[in-house]
Amino acid sequence: MNEELFDKMAQSIIDGDSDIAVALAKQSIETGMDPLDAITKGFVNGVNKVGENFSCGQAFLPELVMAGEAMKAAVATLEPEMQKRGTSRQVFGKVVLATVEGDIHEIGKSLVGTMLSASGFQVYDLGVDVPAAKIITKVREVDANLVGLSALLTTTMVKQKEVIDELDKQGLRKQVKVMVGGAPVTREWVQKIEADGYSEDAIGAVALAKKLVGIS
Amino acid sequence: MARAIKSITNPNLHLQILTPEDVKKIHDATLWIVEKTGVRFPSKRALDIWEAHGARVDHEKMIVRAEAGLIESALKSCPPIYPLAARDPQQNLLLDGNHVFVGTDGCGVEVMDIRTGQRRISSLQDVREIARIADATEEVAFHWVPVSAQDMPPETRGLHELKAIWENSTKHLQTESIYSEREARAAIEMAALIVGDKNELRNRPVLSLMQCSASPLGHDAGSLDAALVASEYGIPTGFMTMAANLTTGPATLAGNLAVGNAEVITGTALIQLAFPGAPVFYAAAQTASDLRTGAYTGGGPEDFLYGAATNVLADFYNIPLSMGSFATGAKEPNWQAGIENSLSTFMACVSMSDMLLGVGLLHGSRIWSFAEMMLDCEIYSIIHKTMQGIVVNDETLALDTISTVGAGGNFLSQKHTLKHMREIFLSQFMDRRPYSEWETRREDARDWALAKANKILNDHQPEPLDDKISAEMEKIISSVERH
Repeated sequence: MNEELFDKMAQSIIDGDSDIAVALAKQSIETGMDPLDAITKGFVNGVNKVGENFSCGQAFLPELVMAGEAMKAAVATLEPEMQKRGTSRQVFGKVVLATVEGDIHEIGKSLVGTMLSASGFQVYDLGVDVPAAKIITKVREVDANLVGLSALLTTTMVKQKEVIDELDKQGLRKQVKVMVGGAPVTREWVQKIEADGYSEDAIGAVALAKKLVGIS
Repeated sequence: MARAIKSITNPNLHLQILTPEDVKKIHDATLWIVEKTGVRFPSKRALDIWEAHGARVDHEKMIVRAEAGLIESALKSCPPIYPLAARDPQQNLLLDGNHVFVGTDGCGVEVMDIRTGQRRISSLQDVREIARIADATEEVAFHWVPVSAQDMPPETRGLHELKAIWENSTKHLQTESIYSEREARAAIEMAALIVGDKNELRNRPVLSLMQCSASPLGHDAGSLDAALVASEYGIPTGFMTMAANLTTGPATLAGNLAVGNAEVITGTALIQLAFPGAPVFYAAAQTASDLRTGAYTGGGPEDFLYGAATNVLADFYNIPLSMGSFATGAKEPNWQAGIENSLSTFMACVSMSDMLLGVGLLHGSRIWSFAEMMLDCEIYSIIHKTMQGIVVNDETLALDTISTVGAGGNFLSQKHTLKHMREIFLSQFMDRRPYSEWETRREDARDWALAKANKILNDHQPEPLDDKISAEMEKIISSVERH
């Protein structure tokens, strides 16, 4: 009985169907299933399957993103039940994401957010044109261990350095790793501003985030 | 002394990529998007202009929804023909729909150093040197800011770049790197120094401005304000869409064209509402995102189709087009760069796009390569030649000569041959040597292209900009820096 439900849960993620994923999550709560079981024995298998298909070239980015969004919707539905039971989903890390001040380009950053969240990170996406102070405040508030900073323009890219300097000044630099991204970002830039890493795409960003928090 | 500029004109090749019915459908879809979905204009000045002309404005979300009639009537005041002026008036470029001009690409962030071959962060000196080489080549008709002067302060970087280009070239300058009102005002002051005064810029716009939209269906605040300032002084202004299949646009080409078109024509209509008759151009560099990574690709069949289709749209609105061609995704000048840049540029040329951007950048417009710049110029020359097509008349049919030579002879020593042989394309970089000669050296087009760029850099001295004008430009930049 449960096996059948678990399979359906995995399939809803593979199909990237948020509506069905949410319906199945609700159904699991009604039948008294432990939400952690719904996640680890059901939904996560779907994420893994899409990941495998992607790795061997049978699935493409839109399928990964839709799976990620369906997963997020399922977890959000299960969240109140987890709180009620006093349990919580194990996360790999807490990530504060932002497109830096003066810059409004966010598609890459949002994509990284979706992928990180689907891969088991808790993501706090602050959106675009975010001043350093706001990022620092969020890092403190949620006790983040990762910060992701995006910029598309060479004139706004300098703000990535400003955030890193500010984290340093406030004594937070040891507690958080900083990853940066955006079309003009290069390895040399990363070294110059003493960030902890960068990636040229969202898949690479997930691998980097895992490396930075010490899991492979 | 003015140097010749190679432009494609009176072509003999034609391509039908969209029927008039297709164009009408895309136009209607665009108007539907603008009226129902709306486009984001995050600038108070822009929103006020829209509202004053009767568009529905959601101030909180900064979304403008405009009826078809408002957009269509606004676009009617766009001038169909106007010149891009150059410091050397003989190098003015007439945008009349019957000329294709090539610019340098922009705006890269790294450079393959011309002396060391090493990749490094771009600087102001690179902007100078690229401008100087572009000044000497007949293929490059105008400049974009080729790379970002990252050793200059961010708030005036765009101005330092303009000065560096004007000091090293007499050709027209179209900047894609001015996107704030303050920098735009300073840029106009600088341009005015070249032509005498600000009013003269209307007759001699030695500067034009290209602004990127924020796809899907949005604009950038600084860009809008900069464009409005420029248009007030008759500086030609264009909005460029880079809406890409899968990420910032739908997966289908027609839908993506409609999204991009909605961005461009609303930006253009805004300028016309504010300053009717101001010179504007359509700009686009649409592509498909990579299926695996979502990354910008800068090549592939979708780009080639966009290259040809976009000019059909720009023609429909009767405004010039600045089209992204070249701009390969390749990491070095290679097979991929050759294919992508040849086909994208051919397709944009065959529909007579007015301005093409541009030569010299690799890795999706990120890394400047002097070798690629020269190779791209050669690609353009090949297309330039191809576009002339085949002339058929008594002289070219050459019946007298054919009958003189007769069966079994050869044409090498014929006067007709001597007269016409220089019409045959002479390649600078294609390897047509005997195999044995290649085998002993094994160098190729890339080496020759780099050598040519080096030679130009050593030999070419552009006509200098008046020292007084340079000094005045410096003052303007300093005053913005002190502000």
